Amino acid sequence: MKRSTLLWVLLALPAFGVASTEGNNWPMEAFQPNIRDKPSLQRGTKLFVNYCIGCHSLKFQRYERTADDLEIPHDIFLANLVFTGQKIGELMTTALPIEASRAWFGAAPPDLTMVAKLRGGEWVYNYLKAFYVDESRPFGVNNKVFENVAMPHALLDLQGTPVPACHQVPKVAANGGEVRDPLVPGVAVTEEKCGFIDVVDGSGQLTPEEFDQAVYDITNFLYYVAEPARIERERLGLYVLLFLVVLYVFTALLGREYNKEVH
Amino acid sequence: MQESPSRFPAMWTTFMSWVDRRFPLTETFEYHMSKYYAPKNFNFWYYFGVLATVVLVLQLVTGIWLTMSYVPSGDGAFASVEYIMRDVEFGWLLRYLHTTGASAFFVVVYLHMFRGLLYGSYREPRELLWMIGMAIFVAMMAEGFFGYLLPWGNMSYWAAQVIVSLFGAIPVIGEDLMQWIRGDFLISEVTLNRFFALHVVALPLVLVMLVFVHIVALHHVGSNNPDGVEIKKHKDADGVPLDGIPFHPYYTIGHDLPGIVLFLIVFCAIVFYLPEMGGYFIEQPNFEEANPLKTPTHIAPVWYYTPFYAMLRAATYPLFGLDAKFWGFMVMAGAIVVPAVLPWIDRSPVKSMRYKGRASKFMLGIFIISFFILGYLGTIAPSPGATALAQVCTVLYFAYFVLMPWYTRVEKTKPEPDRVTMR
Repeated sequence: MKRSTLLWVLLALPAFGVASTEGNNWPMEAFQPNIRDKPSLQRGTKLFVNYCIGCHSLKFQRYERTADDLEIPHDIFLANLVFTGQKIGELMTTALPIEASRAWFGAAPPDLTMVAKLRGGEWVYNYLKAFYVDESRPFGVNNKVFENVAMPHALLDLQGTPVPACHQVPKVAANGGEVRDPLVPGVAVTEEKCGFIDVVDGSGQLTPEEFDQAVYDITNFLYYVAEPARIERERLGLYVLLFLVVLYVFTALLGREYNKEVH
Repeated sequence: MQESPSRFPAMWTTFMSWVDRRFPLTETFEYHMSKYYAPKNFNFWYYFGVLATVVLVLQLVTGIWLTMSYVPSGDGAFASVEYIMRDVEFGWLLRYLHTTGASAFFVVVYLHMFRGLLYGSYREPRELLWMIGMAIFVAMMAEGFFGYLLPWGNMSYWAAQVIVSLFGAIPVIGEDLMQWIRGDFLISEVTLNRFFALHVVALPLVLVMLVFVHIVALHHVGSNNPDGVEIKKHKDADGVPLDGIPFHPYYTIGHDLPGIVLFLIVFCAIVFYLPEMGGYFIEQPNFEEANPLKTPTHIAPVWYYTPFYAMLRAATYPLFGLDAKFWGFMVMAGAIVVPAVLPWIDRSPVKSMRYKGRASKFMLGIFIISFFILGYLGTIAPSPGATALAQVCTVLYFAYFVLMPWYTRVEKTKPEPDRVTMR
C-alpha cells in the first residue's frame, strides 16, 4: 500500500514539472536597484541595444528620454547606441517584425518597457542568469526561472556555456545544522546535489564576476525604463514634503490663535 | 496704485451690495459659512468630511487633466497611460495623484462613515443626510469600478470581467443583462468607451450633485457632535446656539486647514515615495496590457472593495434552486446598502457611543474587526479555511445590523448631558 502510494507520487512528479511553466524552487538572488548609478545604467543601455533590442522593444520609452536621463550626449547616443537609423525622439522599438517572430520563436518576444514592474527586478536579474544547456529544447537552452521559455540564451557569448551540474554540498542534519564527520573533527559530511549551473571555464568573454555585473546593469537599466520619472519623483517629493511641513507649522499656529477664542 | 486705505473697503462694500441685489452672495456665505453654527466640541473624527471634499476636488481636477492625454480605445488606452507617465509634463504626478486619490477617497469616506456609527450621526433628524451619504458611497464604488478599467491593464480587464459576470448570476435576465452592460459578448473596446463616458461625465456629475445635496441637508439640520446632543436646544437671545461656533473661521481655519495640510503630508509621502503601495494601489498585472487570452493567476479587486468581495465569495451554498453565485451577489449588494437602514434600527435612547451601553460598543468593535478581516481575506486567493473565516465574518458583519433593534433597546445606557462636553 505504502509502496504503491510512493510510486504514484513519483509518477505524478513529472506532471507537475511540465505543468508549471513559471515559478519554481530556484534560489533567487537578491537584486538591489540603484537608479542613481548612472555608469551602471549607461552600461545597461549599451548591453540592451546590443543584445536585447534586436528582438525586444521598449515601445513606450524614447531614445531621447534615455539619453537625457542617463546624461549621454545626443550625438554620442545616436552614433553608438541607435543601430536602426531612427531619430533621437523616436520610441525604442525593435526592428523585428512581430508576425515573423511569432513563426520563428513560437511566441512574439514581449515588450520589455515594464517588465521590471510586471515581474520584478529580482525576477529579471535571476532569469538572465538561469539559462543552461538543454539539447531537448529548440534553441538548445532552457531556463531555471522560466522553464521551457521560447527564448535563446542571448548573452551566451558573454557568459560562456552554462551546463547543468551536480555539486558536493554539506549534508543537512535533522536539526537543520550540517552533519560533521564523526571521525575527522570539523569536516562536514557531504552529499551530491544536482540542479546547479556551472559555466565551462574560459568559454565566455566575461569572467563570472563581470557577467554578474553585466546582468545587474541590464536589470538596473530595465528597472529605470519601467518608470523613468522615478528619479524626478523622488527628488521633487522631498521639496513638496518640506514645504508642507513648514506650511503645517504656520497653519497650526494660525489655527491655535482662532481656537483661543473658543471656550 | 497707492490708494488711501479707506477707499478700498468702501469700493468693496459698493461692489458687494451691487452683487447682493442681484445674487444672494453674502446671504449664502453667511448661511453656509460665517453664520453656520457648528458644535464647538468637534474632535479628530470630524476631519474626514472636509477631507472627502478636498479629495473629490483633487480627483476632479487631476481627472480633467488626465482626460486631455488619455485615449479611450482598445489600441490606445494602455499606451496613452504610459505616454502620460513618460512624455506628458508632470503626467506621472497627475496620474499618481489620481490613483492615490482614489484610495484616499475611500480611506477618508470609510473613516467619515465610522464617525457616523460612533456618534449616531444617522439618527433623527439626520436620516436623509445619512441616506444621501449612502448614495454617495454607492456612486463612489461605481465610479471607482468604471475608472479601474480605463488603464486597460490586464488586471483592469479581468477585474471588470469578474464584476460584470456577477450580473450573470441573476436568474432569467442575467446573460442578457451582462451583454447589455458590456455592449459586447466580452469586455471590449465598446465596454471601455462606455465606462469612460460613465467615469468622466455621468458619475462625477452624480457625485458632485449628491455631495451638494449632502451639504444642503447637513446645513439644514446642523451637525451632530461627539456627545450626540442637539446644540439647537439651547440658544441665546439672537437665536445662536450656545454651544455653536461659526463654521468660518473657527472650523475652516482653526481646525480644518491644519488638518488638510497634515493629510496632504501623508498623501504626498505616498504619491512621491510609495505610489503603488506594494501592489495595493496599482497592481502588478496591470503593468501588462489587457489580454483576453491570459488570465492573471490571482484576480483581486482594489483594496477598497475587498471586504465586499470576500462576502461575495463567502456564499458557497445554492439555495431555492438558485446558484451560490447569485446569493453571493445578493450578500455583497446587501452588505453595501444595509447601513442605509441604520436610522430606523437604532432604538437607543442616546445617540453617541459615549453614552451607549456595553453591547453597542462590543457590537461595533466586532463589526469593525470583521470588516478588516474581510478586507484582508478579499485580497488573498480562496482556500477552505479562508472561506470559513469569511463566512463567520459575514455573519458578524450582518449581526451588527440585524441585532441592533434588540441590543440598543435592552442595554443600560449612561445619561446624556444637556450641553456638549469639551473632552
